[in-house]
Amino acid sequence: MIELAKSEPLLNASWLDYTLLGVYFALVLGIGFMARRSVSSSLDFLLSGRSLPAWVTGLAFISANLGALELLGMTANGAQHGIPTVHYYWIGAIPAMVFLGLVMMPFYYGSKVRSVPEFLRRRFGPGAHLVNALSFAVAQVLIAGVNLFALALIMNALLGWSIPLSIVIAAVVVLTYTTLGGLSAAIYNEVLQFFVIVAALLPLTIIGLTKVGGWQGLVDKITASPGGAEQLSAWPATSLTGIGDATLSVLGLVFGLGFVLSFGYWTTNFAEVQRAMSAKSMSAAKRTPIIGAYPKVLIPAVIIIPGMIAAVAVPEIAALKQGAGAEGVEYNDSILYLMRDLLPNGFLGVALAGLLASFMAGVAANVSSFNTVFTYDLWQSYVRKDRPDEYYLRVGRLATVGGMVVAIFTALIASDYGNIMDYIQTLFSFFNAPLFATFILAMFWKRMTPAAGWIGLVAGTAAAITVDRLAAGGVLELTGQGPAFIGAGAAFVVDILVSVVVSLVTKPKPEKELVGLVYSLTPKEDRAHSVTGEDAGWYRSPAVLGGGVLVLTVALSMLFI
Amino acid sequence: MASQSKAGLFDLRLIIALLFGVYGVVLTVTGFAFTTAEEIQKAAGININLWAGLGMLVTSAIFVVWARARPVVVPSEFADDADGVGEPGH
Repeated sequence: MIELAKSEPLLNASWLDYTLLGVYFALVLGIGFMARRSVSSSLDFLLSGRSLPAWVTGLAFISANLGALELLGMTANGAQHGIPTVHYYWIGAIPAMVFLGLVMMPFYYGSKVRSVPEFLRRRFGPGAHLVNALSFAVAQVLIAGVNLFALALIMNALLGWSIPLSIVIAAVVVLTYTTLGGLSAAIYNEVLQFFVIVAALLPLTIIGLTKVGGWQGLVDKITASPGGAEQLSAWPATSLTGIGDATLSVLGLVFGLGFVLSFGYWTTNFAEVQRAMSAKSMSAAKRTPIIGAYPKVLIPAVIIIPGMIAAVAVPEIAALKQGAGAEGVEYNDSILYLMRDLLPNGFLGVALAGLLASFMAGVAANVSSFNTVFTYDLWQSYVRKDRPDEYYLRVGRLATVGGMVVAIFTALIASDYGNIMDYIQTLFSFFNAPLFATFILAMFWKRMTPAAGWIGLVAGTAAAITVDRLAAGGVLELTGQGPAFIGAGAAFVVDILVSVVVSLVTKPKPEKELVGLVYSLTPKEDRAHSVTGEDAGWYRSPAVLGGGVLVLTVALSMLFI
Repeated sequence: MASQSKAGLFDLRLIIALLFGVYGVVLTVTGFAFTTAEEIQKAAGININLWAGLGMLVTSAIFVVWARARPVVVPSEFADDADGVGEPGH
């Protein structure tokens, strides 16, 4: 991340840029006020009353993930590693998103649960539920803090705003619209943010490409730069994985990133799944992650390419790549330098709005999923049951405020302990891989028992932490993404083994309690979606859309083989 | 239950159109009248304010046309029951 700029701000923003930024902020808050009128129950507030069309939830689905860490991190990867970065999108997201829509969504949406942890409660009872709800709630607040801190660092470096001031301004804006309008406001803003981000990145990419002499110019310059032509083809991505052997590198990518890590993240992370749960019909819920997959396939073009351009056109980043970077210059700053070098006042304001939009999208997604899990899965399940709905609507609003206040403090602490925050991020990624294993067994094996639910999760997470500690201690010799891939793989395998063994020696739930939750016990018509009215037409079929995006992904991969 | 909620709170497409409309006008005017040759030089010879502004005006128009052509239907309780979507176990 950028050095705390005590010196000159990086950008020379004019009143015009600030005006455009102000217009954006006004509209963001306006959405919060307008969305408030539609909130009359806790379900309206926390799950948008399950009323949103698929294109809205689909764009929100990827926008929620397009936060500060994604935008800065992936341009940085583009600058450092080049084209292989596409794996984070094509292998690391698309198959999992299609799988979520076609295979898992019938159970999530069909069972009418209000959160991912609630599915575990219905399926397994309190043990697994409490483990998942608590770890998710804590993780979301901490990650919201990390996102806020990243935003503040950028504002400080770009415009010279002080760090605490930036944190508080961003927190107040996000808090205002999420407290007023709940998930609807968060999702509507995520869609708006998506378009602003694209409106900022697309012209930046075009100008950048023109500057380096078009695509051919970029190819020539990258070939001549450190890293060379290898950075122009997606495989075998040895510099990305840190695995020297080409075959093993490909295997690591496909199984580590493509299977365990990405399926764990996309299919069980409630901050994502919540967007699909708020869709207005089963068909729309299934289409949500699949519609989101289309822009997800294409968006590397405006994220990775600017990173690659920065690596050859921005003097600071080019020097860094030569191994002669100046003090405080990091790959994470690639896109910021590119904005400084290329954008005139006016469009600069749009680009600033896009950056801020991206950061706020991440924070809002964390906070709006936190308040749902806190309200339904912790407060209503274990603290105060059986109150009228207005009570839980109020709890939801208070949880939003409380979560944000904690996030502000996390962000302020993070400014002192940057590395600890990295560590917390890694730690919580350990919960995802075993969670996916547990969900697959839970949905497809009716014999799996409540005890196996929580013991499998705990054992899987313990396995991931063990691998991470062994790698950190030098017992296992792994570099780059290696420990994360192996750790996630170990967590997945251990979770499956332990769950199966425990299930065989403990008592399963009666079958009639599992209808709608387990594949073999759910009638086919309950898993099907309607094909009439707004769900009619072959182009709205989730299977056709899902197949289409997979074909598109394979075709694009062929281009960069 | 979905049937109790007020669907289609307001049309998001018009909000997007509003944002790009305002941005489009401001950028187009800036591009026409207030962008210096030096700034154009900086952006690889492209008057990005002008072109992005025009692009945004077109985007804005597309969203307005879409919103007009397919307005949000506020489903009544009745319509909601009729499509009977995704409500197993009821």
